[in-house]
Amino acid sequence: MWRYLLPVGLFAALVAFFFIGIDRDKETLPSPLIGKPAPQFELTTVHDPDKKVASSAYAGKPYVLNVWATWCVACRQEHKTLLEIASRKEVPIVGLDWKDDRSLAQQWLQQLGNPYAETAFDDEGRVAIDWGVYGAPETFLIGADGKVLFKHIAPMTMEVWERDFLPRINGTGVRTE
Amino acid sequence: MKRWVAVFLLAGWMQLAGAIDTGPAFADPVQQDRYEKIIHDLRCVQCRGQSIADSNVGLAADLRRQVRELMAAGKSDAEIMQYMRDRYGDYVLYNPPLNSSTWLLWAAPLILVGVGAVVAVIVIRRKSKLPEDGDAGEDHGVPAASDTGAP
Repeated sequence: MWRYLLPVGLFAALVAFFFIGIDRDKETLPSPLIGKPAPQFELTTVHDPDKKVASSAYAGKPYVLNVWATWCVACRQEHKTLLEIASRKEVPIVGLDWKDDRSLAQQWLQQLGNPYAETAFDDEGRVAIDWGVYGAPETFLIGADGKVLFKHIAPMTMEVWERDFLPRINGTGVRTE
Repeated sequence: MKRWVAVFLLAGWMQLAGAIDTGPAFADPVQQDRYEKIIHDLRCVQCRGQSIADSNVGLAADLRRQVRELMAAGKSDAEIMQYMRDRYGDYVLYNPPLNSSTWLLWAAPLILVGVGAVVAVIVIRRKSKLPEDGDAGEDHGVPAASDTGAP
């Protein structure tokens, strides 16, 4: 009896194992930055190579950092959502233009509209490395205490905004992950 | 024919010659070895199945540049790996560290060998109790004479 039940049992265990694995998101890497102080940066702005934008200017209040680029197709997709979020004026959105061409980026903002309070120009990708960015778009939420509260990897949607970002901004119903 | 074979073989070499890492080589071969080892141990998080040494996407090139700069700044291998972990998590390491979520990965070979050994011992014990010419199934085998023999 045993010798038949054992393989069947093992097989069932293996199936259960894979079944759990099938639902797990393997594309999205958890960020080690969650709950840690947000990396500081100072870069020039997309609009003016002589003008600086620094993370220190946003200290003390929650803000959103959105990583984008003109070569990123999904960024175009989320752009309307960013404009809508910006129009609500709940928190400032700071843009991080990642490994991009300055004039193309300026064109993009002119044509599609500008949801950003300021846009930092990270042509060498150094700030992106500090933030653990591995693709675009990525959107971070930084709390009033300067810590990273949340990271969303994929185009932003209003659903994500209301479910994952707003409660954390308002400090209500904060879920730990 | 021979010429075409040569062309074919050389075409293969062309691929290899198109190096991914376009940065200058280190003057010191020891440093070059260190650099090679580090970039082979770091995963390209954008392209998953490759190390940053094997990938030519922009992020891998940026991370190679970062490794060079950290080495030039006199950082140790461990410090460079920690730098990457702080930003990209354990996933960036091709050689995952032992912790609560990876212990099973490391223990699995030992556990499997252990289970195999136990099964082997059981099977061998059972078989050795069968009669020499035993063609009976082991589940209802006749005990060997020495086991049941009266004193």
